[in-house]
Amino acid sequence: MSLLEIEGLDLDIHGEAILKGVSLAVQPGQIVGVIGESGSGKSMTAFSVMQLLPDGAMCRGRVTLGGHEMLSLPEPSLCRLRGNEVGMVFQEPMTALNPIQTIGAQVAETILIHEDVSRAEAMARAREALERCELPEAKFPLSRYPHELSGGQRQRVVIAMAIALRPKLLIADEPTTALDVTTQAQILRLLRRLVDEDGMGLMLITHDLAVVADMAHEIVIMRHGEVVEAGPTGRVFDEMRHPYTRALFEASGHQPEREESPRDVPLLQVRDVVRDYALPRTRLFAPQEHFRAVNGVSFEIAKGESLGLVGESGCGKSTLTRAILGLEEVQAGEILLDGEPVFTGHRPNRDVRRRMQVVFQDPFGSFNPRWKVGPLVAEPFHLLRDPPTGAARDAAIAEALESVGLAAEDRHKYIHEFSGGQRQRIAIARALIIKPELIILDEAVSALDVSIRAQILDLLADLSARFGLTYLFISHDLSVVRTITDRVMVMQAGEIVEEGPTALVFDAPQHDYTKTLIAAAPVLPERGAA
Amino acid sequence: MLRFAFKRLVSLGLSLVVASVVIFLFVEVVPGDPAAYMLGLNATEETLAALREQLGLSGTLAERYLSWVGGMLRGDFGTSYTYRTPVSEMIADRMWISLPLAIYALTLSTLIAFPAGIWAASKRGSAADVSVMGLTQLGVAIPNFWFAMLMVLVFAINLRWFSAGGFAGWEAGVYPAMKSLTLPAIALALPQASILARVMRSSLLDTLSEDFIRTARAKGLTKRQALWRHALRNALIPVLTIIGLQFSFLLAGAIIIENVFFLPGLGRLVFQAISARDLIVVESVVMLLVFAVIVVNFAVDIAYAAVDPRLRVRG
Repeated sequence: MSLLEIEGLDLDIHGEAILKGVSLAVQPGQIVGVIGESGSGKSMTAFSVMQLLPDGAMCRGRVTLGGHEMLSLPEPSLCRLRGNEVGMVFQEPMTALNPIQTIGAQVAETILIHEDVSRAEAMARAREALERCELPEAKFPLSRYPHELSGGQRQRVVIAMAIALRPKLLIADEPTTALDVTTQAQILRLLRRLVDEDGMGLMLITHDLAVVADMAHEIVIMRHGEVVEAGPTGRVFDEMRHPYTRALFEASGHQPEREESPRDVPLLQVRDVVRDYALPRTRLFAPQEHFRAVNGVSFEIAKGESLGLVGESGCGKSTLTRAILGLEEVQAGEILLDGEPVFTGHRPNRDVRRRMQVVFQDPFGSFNPRWKVGPLVAEPFHLLRDPPTGAARDAAIAEALESVGLAAEDRHKYIHEFSGGQRQRIAIARALIIKPELIILDEAVSALDVSIRAQILDLLADLSARFGLTYLFISHDLSVVRTITDRVMVMQAGEIVEEGPTALVFDAPQHDYTKTLIAAAPVLPERGAA
Repeated sequence: MLRFAFKRLVSLGLSLVVASVVIFLFVEVVPGDPAAYMLGLNATEETLAALREQLGLSGTLAERYLSWVGGMLRGDFGTSYTYRTPVSEMIADRMWISLPLAIYALTLSTLIAFPAGIWAASKRGSAADVSVMGLTQLGVAIPNFWFAMLMVLVFAINLRWFSAGGFAGWEAGVYPAMKSLTLPAIALALPQASILARVMRSSLLDTLSEDFIRTARAKGLTKRQALWRHALRNALIPVLTIIGLQFSFLLAGAIIIENVFFLPGLGRLVFQAISARDLIVVESVVMLLVFAVIVVNFAVDIAYAAVDPRLRVRG
């Protein structure tokens, strides 16, 4: 008998159908990858198993976990199962832990809730669980607080909490989506090891086919609340019976068509840039200490070129972006756009500032929700000395929206009326409206589903060809950088450690760090070769 | 934690210095000469000068500031222009009413607000929630002096459980003293409790929608356990802020209630001193209130740090 069996599961939330006849099974010791884009119902499937659904949810069908009928169990029995027979790990490690309790107390709580043991014994077993999740006592005593840990370390604490009682099933909902590639690889390795050691079943939910490709035994592909394809991993990759599976696979490794353009004139020049941050003083009159976020970085981008900047969180790439945009002054070195400095004296140079624009990762957080799209897109006009008004302004807004594939009429809507991909198009329209030469794309496609990502990448390639745009493409996602850039730089601890033509750097990386990054990135099997 | 407390203490001292300078200068620039006010229109220049000398109003600005601050540090707040008694004694008398009244009212307010706010949040959208929200809405809207008069009517005049006003004095014993403070304390506490309950509810609801509550539920905690073990302490920060503000307000802002109940508290003292242009009393009481507010804020800061470990590292 299967460990987890879901049969014909329907889920309505406030009368809206979220899941339609979902069926899947997980055997002990088996890893089942559940793949789908946002809104496909993959997380809701997991919450149905846990019976931690939002108010107004109605389940029909059968969910059997280790012989228990989850849909008909009363709440107290469900509480006894959660954390004990089934553990769960979530996407956002930064917020998944209680910020004001020590990690020891939080892991021990799983044990104290379910077993009648002393606090000391629970703490000892919490220590053991953390040890199993590779958080050694010397560096991570039980008395640590979550804010003292990095994202990957916090995710290990969440996993330790979930596996402390050695549950039969672990549900991991996008456990690595918020993490860097190398951290992602370590967390996936840890999950696989725990499955092997405990013979536990693992339901691994992700939007990224590549994450599960070399790890899952079975794959379930979901779309619009339904399972469209399921089977052993090798067979699914081989056959790809459903067109959606094929579309997902292709979008994942999508290569936008890009034209070569002559590049000899430098547009952006960055020379020996240093950016220091003052650290909080350790004693009242201690000398001021500094953290060097960017250390002597130099590079150039030619007109019409697309340059990638790759590195993990904390490597200094965001600091460098802010310095290029003239948002923060640098302590040494200079940044020139077409020969003009970004900073004149202690003030940002507005003449330079209006020639570059930025698109950020979070398409919702970077818009004022109370403005309509028209004024949002027209916002960069404040950088111009005499911005267009009246009909000219409306025409510019319409042109910008149309150039990113939206309708001119969309300017009367609010941002919440658009999907994630459309919002990112609006962000690009906003960047385009003052006809900049350089666009900085700061993790601009990282939060998007693969198929949307593919469309946006196509759009960027098309816009670059049409308007002769230059891109600085910043990302932690190597596969994206690979498809859209001519040259790539790898940044580590504030320094550029490797630089070269994209294909060359990816095929024959020189620096050890680059090699680690490339090895850590999950890859899809070649079509038909798996 | 100790370092954090020390840093806060340093900033407390600096705030006090700045506040004393501002209060001193403000009182200095207020038009009207207290000596002239006291002696009337027919006083001669010599008598005025003699009185100014006696009141400590002569000398340079810096000398007067230093002697004022120096006096306060020694517990000498000067002599009231109108009553001719030491200000420190006047304040001490009033303090014995205002401080217990503020603490009493704040305790009542907290005792009402916490259960009401927690109850409403844990049963969001239910009849319980709706009635708590409705009642607190009323509590915020009704002026406390009207409510005070209503209570006097019901409990003092009709039922005769309490006296309608006045203060029994601590010499008469704790029970009669507390009894005469009870109606005023309730009148002061109800609007405060209403505000606090609403803050408690909304802060708790925000916290209950956080990711770590979902994690706690996935561990096997019941809704109730998740609320008590994980949400409550996290929800306390805004609640502590409001409690701090309320205490400062209750200490000096009780003037209307003091008038309704004929309580000789600090609020009435300031009011009388301002009308009589008794600047030395105004100056001293305001300084004392500023001191109280700053000390309460210090206590709230320490409480923040006790609740949230992330705040302990910052200074």
